[in-house]
This record gives sequence, structure tokens and C-alpha cells, in this order.
Amino acid sequence: MSEVPRFWRESRHRYRLVGTRCTNCDTLYFPPRVICPTCRRESVGKMKEEEMSGAGEIYSFTVVHDGLEQFKMQIPYVMALVKMKEGPFLTAQIVDCSPEEVKIGTKVTATLRKVRSEGKAGIIQYGYKFTICP
Amino acid sequence: MSSIVSYGSYIPRFRIRTEEIAKEWGENPENIKSGLFIHSKSVPGPDEDVLTISAEAAKNALRRTDLDKSKIGAIYVGSESHPYAVKPTSSILVEALGLTYDIHSADYEFACKAGTAAMQNVMAMVDSGQIENGMAIGADTSQGAPGDALEYSASAGGTAILIGKNGFADFNATLSFTTDTPDFWRREGEKYPSHGGRFTGEPAYFKHVLTGAKKMMDKMGTKPEDYDYAIFHQPNGKFPTRAAKMLGFNDEQVKDGLLTPYIGNTYSSSMIIGLSAVLDKAESGDRILGVAFGSGAGSDVFDMTVNDRVKSLKRERAKGVMEQVNNPIWIDYATYVKYRGKIIMRGA
Repeated sequence: MSEVPRFWRESRHRYRLVGTRCTNCDTLYFPPRVICPTCRRESVGKMKEEEMSGAGEIYSFTVVHDGLEQFKMQIPYVMALVKMKEGPFLTAQIVDCSPEEVKIGTKVTATLRKVRSEGKAGIIQYGYKFTICP
Repeated sequence: MSSIVSYGSYIPRFRIRTEEIAKEWGENPENIKSGLFIHSKSVPGPDEDVLTISAEAAKNALRRTDLDKSKIGAIYVGSESHPYAVKPTSSILVEALGLTYDIHSADYEFACKAGTAAMQNVMAMVDSGQIENGMAIGADTSQGAPGDALEYSASAGGTAILIGKNGFADFNATLSFTTDTPDFWRREGEKYPSHGGRFTGEPAYFKHVLTGAKKMMDKMGTKPEDYDYAIFHQPNGKFPTRAAKMLGFNDEQVKDGLLTPYIGNTYSSSMIIGLSAVLDKAESGDRILGVAFGSGAGSDVFDMTVNDRVKSLKRERAKGVMEQVNNPIWIDYATYVKYRGKIIMRGA
């Protein structure tokens, strides 16, 4: 089944790291949430979209040697938990580097890349990945 | 009068040396290096394409200005390697850059001068008052057939030029020169382009570049020595160097905008990535001549002067061209053909 509608609904979040901030408790969530899990009904109508800066650091990571078919060309590649400057954690691929260059605490910055495509004729899904800051 | 408000470029980090390609095809790399004047070229990563390259170039341009993004009324992307045959790169960029939805957008094609054709359209819209600011992008991930001479030069990169009023570099004039010349083409559905070999030189590149530059200098009453910098379309290192000499420009005027020897021919970004490198260092009062060429064939020529507002330009907020040129990840030929989709994978 095509993922076009889901991809389209999430595109701005994936392209620009747009999350939602609960203006009741001032917590930023990514992926975006409709209500704050802490403030619950108090947050209704108080969740505001907010774009993150793209700056973060590696909290933890793993090196993938046996990847998904679509990532076969990129193995070995690094998947990391990135702690964003604004607070949220997210899982993402670290690109344009060898696994030896990646360390816990390494500063990274978001970059827009192709994530996957639905075959040669299908839609191309773009989203965030990260590169190491010089 | 329209002017450059900001600019930014992006060059993929992966690079391959001329020696790596030459050894696979039994060529003498020294002949290639001295003949084409190309030492290495950029290669897009397996997850990079014209959209991602355009986005990074545009983000670099936006970082250098405090302009409110809602004031950008047009975005045009010139390329001959758009990711989709039908589905604009420019509309994806509107979302990826967080621009207003009340925006003119379109994709342009004219071989290597699609990006400068986009610049001319944005200039006209700014000059006519239809928009306050607009962004023109030239980007490509061009392919050369394995073993073809183009394989040494066809590279990847992109440049975004933000045009509006009260920018730091004024457009004094622009003009174009166009003829029906079949020097280089790619039929719909074909993976690799074809070219007319030596025919790409005199009747195509040199005729259009030299004529365009001469017409501009006639129009403006200028001579080569009136310009501090001259940038020419650079399909290789040899053509622009020879064109500059034939017109009467010296090496000092040309060297800062000549990047093909190190990153190859970035096609729709070719001249404007040279312009971007020049803008990285240009000072108030500097006069710049830029001549783009597109096969098929035509030239777009720009006469520009940097003004005092360059002193408040925030160049340091984004990586300059040479900073990116000097940050390579070297790859071998096997990795190159894998990344460029030149080997048949299961399910492909």
C-alpha cells in the first residue's frame, strides 16, 4: 500500500524538524504530539508548532553492518540517538563520515537527504539525517 | 535595480580523482589533467540529489541574511537532473525551506544555464515590482557514460542566489544570446547524455560565451580591465581559461571563480558556484562579469558591482565555497559507480 498520504502529512516535520511545544509546561516534543502527555487536558489548544535549529549531539549510536535492502549501498552506516539542542531525542542516520569518526558527544547538524523511495516509479521520501560538525 | 541579497552553495563531500577514473579505462591521467585541466570531481552521496543539494545551498543563502522568509515571492530551480520527470523540485523546496505558500515556483531547464535563466526571471520580477525578493537555484547531479570523456567532469553541486532590492551586489545589466546548436543533448528516458565531441568547442561553447561577453562589454562600454573578476561557464578547466584569454582577461581576474579543476562541472551551478566563490571574498566597488553557457545552445551574461552593503553581509554564518572544496572524502572508482547507480542492483 502506498505511503504517500502518511508521508505527505509528515513532510514538514521530516523536512524541517518541526515539533510541537506545550505552552502549558514549555516542553518541546518531536515527533509532534496533539496533546502533552504530562499536562493532558490542560494542553488542549496550547500545543504550538516549532521548528528546531538542527543542532544536536550524539547521545548514543550503533554501526549497522546488515542493513535494510534500501540501505545496502551505505553499509556500514551509523544510526544514532541524537539529543537536540532544544531537548527532544530523535533517531537518525549519521552520514558523510566513517563509523570511526562518530563518538558519544559528537556535535552534529541536520541535513535534508533522501531516506527511501517506493521503487523507481514511486514517491521519493526526503527527511532529516545528520552530519558531523567540523 | 535588482541586486544579490544573499547567496549560498553546497558541494557534496565525496570526490574522485582523475587517476581513479583513468586507470579503469586505460587512459593516461596526465593527458586528461593537462588536456581537460581537471584533477578531481565531486560525487553526490547515495542519498543526495538535486532537491537535497538545492535545499542545502538555499539554507546557506538564508543563513547569511536576516530577511523575513515570508518576503520571498518566487523560487525557481534550474537543473538537468531533477529527481522527478513530473513533480517540481521547487514545490518540495517551498516546504523544506519553510517558505510562504503564496509563492511563484517552477523548475527550469536549459542544459547548464537553467540556473541563470532562473536568475534572469527573478530579476525581471523584482525589477517590475511583482515580487520583493526571489530565489534562483542552479543545481545538478549530472552523469557521464562510463568510459566517456564526460565521466571525468560531470559532477554535483548547487548554488542559490537570493535576489531583491537593496542587496550587496547590484546587477548593472544582463543579456542572453541563443541559437539552435546541437552540441550536447539527452533524449527523454536516456540515462546518459550524448555530445558532439569537438563540435562542443568552437560552434557551441566559444561562439556563445565570447559573443555574449562581447555584447555585454559593448552594451556597457566596458573593457576586460574594468572588471575585477570574470567567471565563465566551466565544463572543464581548459575552455574557460582559453575563453578568458581570447577576450583579454588575465589569470588574476579568473582564478577565484575557476573551480572545475577541483570539483568538476556542476552543470547548472557551474558559473554561479564560481560567482559564489568570488562573492565569498569580493569587496565594495568590485565589478564582476559572469557568463553562463548552456548547450543547445545559449549564454546568459551578467554585469555586477558590489556595493557598500557587503560590509554588513554575514558571510561567516555559512560555509564558503573553498571551505567546502577543501573538505573532501576521497572515494575509489568502485564506490563511485555504486553511488552513481552505474551497477545493476537486485530489485533495481
